[in-house]
Amino acid sequence: MTDIAAGFAAAFQLLLSFDAGLWEIIALSLEVNLAAVFLSCLIGLPLGGALAVYRFRGRKALIILINALMGLPPVVVGLMIYLMLSRSGPLGSLNILFTPGAMIIAQAILVTPIVTALTRQITEALWLDYREQLTSLGSSRMRAIPTLLWDGRAALFTAVLAGFGRAAAEVGAVIIVGGNIAHHTRTMTTAIALETGRGNLALALGLGIVLVTLAILLNTAAWMVRERSMPEAALLGVDR
Amino acid sequence: MQGPSILPLALENISLQHEGLPILDRINMLVARQRTTVVLGPNGAGKSMVLKVAHGLISPDAGHVRWSNLSGAKAQTRQAMVFQKPVLLNRSVLSNIVHAVRLQGIDKAAAVHRAHMALERVGLGDLAGRRARSLSGGEQQRLTFARAWARDPEVLFLDEPTASLDPAAGWGIEEIIVELRREGRTVILSTHDLAMARRLADDLVFLHRGRALEAGAAATLLTAPRTAELEAFLKGELRW
Repeated sequence: MTDIAAGFAAAFQLLLSFDAGLWEIIALSLEVNLAAVFLSCLIGLPLGGALAVYRFRGRKALIILINALMGLPPVVVGLMIYLMLSRSGPLGSLNILFTPGAMIIAQAILVTPIVTALTRQITEALWLDYREQLTSLGSSRMRAIPTLLWDGRAALFTAVLAGFGRAAAEVGAVIIVGGNIAHHTRTMTTAIALETGRGNLALALGLGIVLVTLAILLNTAAWMVRERSMPEAALLGVDR
Repeated sequence: MQGPSILPLALENISLQHEGLPILDRINMLVARQRTTVVLGPNGAGKSMVLKVAHGLISPDAGHVRWSNLSGAKAQTRQAMVFQKPVLLNRSVLSNIVHAVRLQGIDKAAAVHRAHMALERVGLGDLAGRRARSLSGGEQQRLTFARAWARDPEVLFLDEPTASLDPAAGWGIEEIIVELRREGRTVILSTHDLAMARRLADDLVFLHRGRALEAGAAATLLTAPRTAELEAFLKGELRW
């Protein structure tokens, strides 16, 4: 217990003293996570919307596959990206192994199925309600996708948060493709793993506190977005 | 209303099945310009399906929908439909109409102007900035009329537009329908409300179990029905 209390005390001291090493790790983590989530949204939001409104042969199989990919093991993804980006791999010429770019790619691959699958689920429910009305208004299926994404924005924000959660908590893939290099590819999760191994509990706990605080802040923001976009639910006392 | 008329509308031998059960059975119907045609019948008669087939939301299993000399797709741009249950986007009252008008390829400034005018006409001018879904049931239905009106349709399909409203709200909607007719628009209205049919119909099509049993001038059919089914319906004795 004493070790834990001392660890927390030291962690807060590090945070409050704006320790440069700690904040460098936090900044890189946020950069990698946000870039990966942004990439995933660019792909996952329209793809999920398209899966919701279009009907084609193989659609069900594709949905099942994307749902299954939500549980992709990070270390396997990390290994695959490593093999692709390594000097002898097909993308070795890019020379981005052990860089934040490789970490962003790895995290985007892990997050995209989550954003796609949840977007498909959310927009398909909306499409069932809107289909006749939008068709009556002359909206094509393609044109309906942005309408559905905008109208489902509150729920989709939660989906994006789920993706961010996956990216922020991920360690297996980024440690393989990033290498956990100090001042270059060290993120919060990889640093926690490293510092715990070294016995540097204060830094590990400090990073852990930041991770948890970030999760709380993001969920608070998500809640506020939902409150703003669904005031009628609050009016009716609907449980969200 | 701009451009050449898309009327008359002819439904020729329309049949529709759902899971092997007949919904519509060889429906023939002719809709003339600047008339109110009421599709009358008990619950489950297939009234909504007739409107949806005519509007192009559902493809019939057999038969043809013919709009003057235009193809269905071109004719649809001159039509609007109001459903029994208002389907509103998760945005402001004004934005709901602007979205619908912009789908016609009209620029934003003109769409906003049209939207404000339509809201004034249905008595919702003061509620333009409110969230559409926070309106009462009657106001929501008036909003769907404003949305249809703003698109300047020649033909309006109204699917039991007052069925879920209280009498006062229902009267308000009827006044809007009368105003739309006064402007020379053609209205095709489905209802099981005999009193409403008596007040609004120029022509009448009586539907029972998916078949159009009678069609003609409303004044004639409502006073001298030719079939036992319509006679029983007028007396409130028809079993479905």
